[in-house]
Amino acid sequence: MKFKVNGHEVFASTGGRPFDKKKPLIIFVHGSGLTHMTWVLQTRYFAFHGYNALAIDLPGHGLSSGESLKSIEEMADWVNDVIDAVGHKEASLVGHSQGCLVTVECTSRYPDKIKTLSLMGGAGAIPMNPELLSLAENNDPKAVDLMMDWAHGPAGHFGGHPVPGLYHINTGTMLAKSRTIQNTLGVDFRACDNYKNGFEAAKKIKCPTLSILATDDKMCPVKEGKKLASLIDGSQVDIIDNCGHMMLLEEADRVLTVLKKFITTNYPPLSS
Amino acid sequence: MSDKKKELKPNTYKFDTLSLHAGYQPHKNAGSRQVPIYQTTSYLFDDVDHAAALFNLERGGHIYSRISNPTVGVLEERVASLEGGTAALATSSGMSAIFLTVMTLCEAGDHLVVSSQLYGGTVNLFRLTLPKFGIKCTFVKPRDTEGFKKAIQKNTKGIFGELVGNPGNEIMNMPEIAKIAHDAGIPLMVDATYQTPYLCKPFEHGADIVIHSLTKWMAGHGSSMAGILVEGGKFDWMQNDKFPTMTKPYEGYHGLSFAEEFGPTAFTMKARAEGMRDFGPCLSPQNAWNVLQGIETLSVRMKKHCSNAEEMVKYLSNHESVAWVSHPSVPDHPDHELAKKLLPNGRGSMIAFGIKGGKDAGVAFINNVKLASHLANVGDTRTLVIHPASGTHSQMDEATLKFAGLSHDMIRLSVGIEDIDDIKNDFEIGFRAARKPRLVSNQ
Ligand SMILES: Cc1ncc(COP(=O)(O)O)c(C=O)c1O
Repeated sequence: MKFKVNGHEVFASTGGRPFDKKKPLIIFVHGSGLTHMTWVLQTRYFAFHGYNALAIDLPGHGLSSGESLKSIEEMADWVNDVIDAVGHKEASLVGHSQGCLVTVECTSRYPDKIKTLSLMGGAGAIPMNPELLSLAENNDPKAVDLMMDWAHGPAGHFGGHPVPGLYHINTGTMLAKSRTIQNTLGVDFRACDNYKNGFEAAKKIKCPTLSILATDDKMCPVKEGKKLASLIDGSQVDIIDNCGHMMLLEEADRVLTVLKKFITTNYPPLSS
Repeated sequence: MSDKKKELKPNTYKFDTLSLHAGYQPHKNAGSRQVPIYQTTSYLFDDVDHAAALFNLERGGHIYSRISNPTVGVLEERVASLEGGTAALATSSGMSAIFLTVMTLCEAGDHLVVSSQLYGGTVNLFRLTLPKFGIKCTFVKPRDTEGFKKAIQKNTKGIFGELVGNPGNEIMNMPEIAKIAHDAGIPLMVDATYQTPYLCKPFEHGADIVIHSLTKWMAGHGSSMAGILVEGGKFDWMQNDKFPTMTKPYEGYHGLSFAEEFGPTAFTMKARAEGMRDFGPCLSPQNAWNVLQGIETLSVRMKKHCSNAEEMVKYLSNHESVAWVSHPSVPDHPDHELAKKLLPNGRGSMIAFGIKGGKDAGVAFINNVKLASHLANVGDTRTLVIHPASGTHSQMDEATLKFAGLSHDMIRLSVGIEDIDDIKNDFEIGFRAARKPRLVSNQ
């Protein structure tokens, strides 16, 4: 669906079900340079089971208009504006990679509004390789190729997508190249690199939190994810073997099973 | 110590590695090094919730082998990876892949612009069968790039062609025709059966959907029928209102908007969810496995196919019984330069040549060769020959034959990977026989 936030049109997938104000809201926040489409194997489930599942495209990404936001803090405020814009008072947040920085910051800023937080491939800080950052800022498609290489674990490099017929490295590449690289990936990488408040923000989080980490994640290694989780009161951690940073696609089923249990327990759906 | 930092390089697997490994993880399959043949019709649901999730496309997984099968799925991913595509859907034959592509794209009342030089079966589909479904086509000669533009109408939903026309070896200017398609907001579909991704990756030249008859060089051993459609993932279905069944909540699949939900894989998702459900041309797991065996050696075979073909071009060009030879490697072939650009790894193993003495000589040649097989296929490991005017294109009248770039003296040769001297010796037998009827009739 489309709606306006700060005068710009925002696109969010509703997982194939119409938006229904009565249902609790889950907002899915994608990673650097990507779009709502990375969440397709999680959102549709929640949409069909008593939730509004909104997989948003950040401004300037995917099908959303406007310019890309330049800092994680701005993105965090923007996610809060999304909750208001769709007429809800509260929400659960799910983030992947950069989306973890955004949702951690957002939860710390709006503790009364955010009911649960789920982090995938998250860390308290995501310092960027300077060369990768420079390639992305210079609109070089090699930045996307490098990201796809590092973001997939050894198993993911072979393929074996849960949806028959899809080859996920190429699908990810197409998503990351769907808009101008320097305006999406370039701006996002710089925002990640600049963000220093992750660990402080984490300490303020009181809502139930889940971290899903993967043993072969090179971008946000398990060690970093655990460090972040250790700062959040009562945070649950689930570690997936033989999987890389793109766990939401590489191990979509496992991720959905863990996420489903966590969210339905801590933020129950509208029963039909 | 050198202070020059090593340049960052992506380490994703390359072509030869992907052709052996892509789409398959042994540790998820009991450690089986070979891809298992999942000889089953259907798959257990964990519970009712899981069943519903699979039907609603909430989760990935298999339901029923008409829609998808794990062995077939490995093949689909493997070909998608080799082509540089986002997704693929394998079918029971090349023809069903073409039909499914058109039916996923078009509705009654739509129109396609189609290259006139196509495999005979494809010509019949576009000329005679699709009109029965209300889908009309305008044929344009492959070299008439401007003609493709002129033929586009308001209701045109795509352009379709074979990169190297069959069997006249005319090459369409794919990058320019892709631009024409994209300026009109429609996709370019390319049948790249003759090239395989080893010789050309059409997505790199602007194609949006690639189709293969896997029956040919991809499987390579003349054992199994199979086809596939591959999606490039770049085409923006939402840029105009030409493709409502892709972009609007679609009644044909529980109100799903394929483009919104699946973006770069939307076409394949729709072709599977709707097309396999309603038409059902599914590939058997055994045949998928046979094709996978072939793809393992694709590079090795294609190299030999191409080097043998170039040898045969030289041999035929210098032969007294041969009137003309058509192959993109011949310097005076009208598309010689374009072929260099589009087919840098080799120009393919299909040769057309004219035999002196016309139709009768052609028939005598075909009837007398011993090693080359006379049959209606191409892209076998073995050398194949056919005389289109009396075989594959025999339903065509004189004028249609000419429009399709054919002539009565034309022999179509699919060069195999046998020892080159044995192929040449066999052709000598054929040529000797072909000269005889002329000697007799001249007396
Ligand atoms: C270029 C081309 N496309 C499609 C086909 C049809 O494929 P199949 O025979 O696998 O149905 C053929 C078959 O000869 C072909 O040569």
